[in-house]
Amino acid sequence: MTLSATDLSLTVDGVDHLKSVTATFEPGRLHTVIGRTMAGKTTLLRALAGLQEVDSGSLTRDGADLMRTPVWRRDTAMVYQQFINYPHLSVFGNVAFPLRRQGLSRDEIQRRVSKSLALVGLTGFERRKPSQLSGGQQQRVAVARALARGTGILLLDEPLANLDYKLREQLRDEFKTLFSDQGDTIVVYTTTEPAEAMMLGDVVLVMHEGRILQVGPPQEVFERPATTTVASIINDPPMNIFPGRIEGGQVTVAGFQATHVSAHLAQLPDGAYQFGLRATDVSLASAGVEGAVTFVEISGSETFVHAAVGKTPFVIQIEGIHDVALGDLVKLRLRPERLYAFDEKGSLVRTPSYDLVSVGGR
Amino acid sequence: MAQLDIVDVGHSYTPGAEEKQWALKPLRLTFEAGKTYALVGPSGCGKTTLLNILSGLVKPSQGQVLFDGVDVTALPTKARNIAQVFQFPVIYHSMTVYENLAFPLQCRRWDKARIDAKVHQVAEALDLDDRLGQPARRLTADDKQLISLGRGLVRDDVAAVLMDEPLTVIDPQLKHSLRRKIREITEQFQPTVIYVTHDQYEAMSVAQEVLVMRDGQAMQQGTPEQLFEAPSSAYVGYFIGSPAMNFLTLDRAHQEFTLGGRTLAVAWDIPGSTSEVQVGIRPEYVKVVTEPGPNTFAARLRGVQDHGPQRVLEIDVAGQPMKAKVPREDGVPAIEEFLVHLPRAKALPYSDGYLVLQS
Repeated sequence: MTLSATDLSLTVDGVDHLKSVTATFEPGRLHTVIGRTMAGKTTLLRALAGLQEVDSGSLTRDGADLMRTPVWRRDTAMVYQQFINYPHLSVFGNVAFPLRRQGLSRDEIQRRVSKSLALVGLTGFERRKPSQLSGGQQQRVAVARALARGTGILLLDEPLANLDYKLREQLRDEFKTLFSDQGDTIVVYTTTEPAEAMMLGDVVLVMHEGRILQVGPPQEVFERPATTTVASIINDPPMNIFPGRIEGGQVTVAGFQATHVSAHLAQLPDGAYQFGLRATDVSLASAGVEGAVTFVEISGSETFVHAAVGKTPFVIQIEGIHDVALGDLVKLRLRPERLYAFDEKGSLVRTPSYDLVSVGGR
Repeated sequence: MAQLDIVDVGHSYTPGAEEKQWALKPLRLTFEAGKTYALVGPSGCGKTTLLNILSGLVKPSQGQVLFDGVDVTALPTKARNIAQVFQFPVIYHSMTVYENLAFPLQCRRWDKARIDAKVHQVAEALDLDDRLGQPARRLTADDKQLISLGRGLVRDDVAAVLMDEPLTVIDPQLKHSLRRKIREITEQFQPTVIYVTHDQYEAMSVAQEVLVMRDGQAMQQGTPEQLFEAPSSAYVGYFIGSPAMNFLTLDRAHQEFTLGGRTLAVAWDIPGSTSEVQVGIRPEYVKVVTEPGPNTFAARLRGVQDHGPQRVLEIDVAGQPMKAKVPREDGVPAIEEFLVHLPRAKALPYSDGYLVLQS
């Protein structure tokens, strides 16, 4: 029961919301669509659901045209970023609502509601009203309602975006188990967060300015981003991208001492490149190139230090939480063996290796 | 900028209620002049009550509020000389950006030249200097919030700036840059800032010191690093950091603690009488190793979460679940059972949910 989008395009006021989007969504797989705000993620979901008309392109389900199928016959359930529940109905009533409309028997409704509430961990909450629930619980009710319908297509639009980070962390863990157990359902899930896309997705689709830039398993997209834009979107903080040159066996980056070219870049012809280096692969050292701290952010258990070397901004990720003051001078060290090389247009040329080491490591 | 002291302040919205039901249990705190503090905790933790007591919106059931040593407990908001930034931008829509920033100074009868210099100084810091002549209503929500903050900063004499979830209505994409701007500006002007938020990232990125609250109690006050390295309670260990701190229950064997029969040395000696001891260790400090040694334990792999640059290994040690965060380059253990090392200095002792202090 494959769902295929071919060449979907939509322009609103001269801005591309969807630009030649072609993608295949397979049953039993979770597809995460990652992109920044306004990348076209919500528009794509709405188009798949039939809630959004497009200018051109087609949608098929197992080869059969879907474009003329009305919304209510598309076998699709959707969960939104802002939790939507019927305030006057109980938790049970909320989940049962679409089932009653379908005219299912009392027993069948009872069975399905109990099952999906159990899946989202809300057994025992049947009689509560949404207003008596926390934000995380309200979003679980919305997810349960979508699951109970047992549709072939399940669309989730940034379902964790409005929750605080402890709840996001918890629901992300729960979703991983929950969605891996949905049989033949096609699940499409949008997010702005790389960790969420990586953790949940069987397949990751990277979107930017209405286009799909790359599709692949999370590991592949992360380790081999096709362009500098993908590299920036799939990393949090975004990958450091800066210009440099390879010449006579040396890598030069403005502000840094030239270093001997690492093995993985050795075969590249001399010339100008854009280099990419993850925030985890820039370190603060006792010796190195001096940069002034412009901003410090704390995210979960990591500290992101933003520092400028000349005019080039860098972000450095350090494990743990550290007090670093704005304006401090720090010494940066780039790890040449971890450099990504992109050509001047931003297309990937060479990646560092990810040898999967077994136990122990360094 | 003033130092704010909270002396045995407690509050109950229902008179006569038992103390354990108070919205804010009696507490004593000092907010030093010129520093930014974040009050963080889930809804109902008492952070907004505390902010409202500082602003004068709520008169506490007991205790005193001192601004630079002066008791202001009985004073109304307008007599406290504070600036406030709310969830929703509050600005004068009929005025220009310039007039909005100048207004509080005109009210204080500053002369024109002084007002002009101050408005330009603050507007420049806020990156609004090129829009001073624009009607304020035409600005985006994040710029409007900056004006709300700027109105507090133009006043040299303001005792404190109180901010209540100021990023609530800001677009997710812009939250980040506004947070950054607030941090830069508070570093530059050094007002005393009390910043209320339910978001831990925001609290730790914006403030120099964070106060974690829960059920009307102050759980811990400290720099983000202190809260991360030495959470005073299991709650703070869970609330700060992602994934949360691991807690494993230990057995006592004479003077030692054991985990699954093997000795586990914790960071410092604790009184022999302490019952029910747990070790708390951050997932970042759990290391996968090949050689057995002190504080190494057999671990069984249950699952792997791919977070990108790191992976989180879900493991069992002595039948208790824990997480280890490892760099991606280290790969995933190829076997189901391996060893983990829990460095002594990072293995903190807890009892009944609280850190057992070094004696």
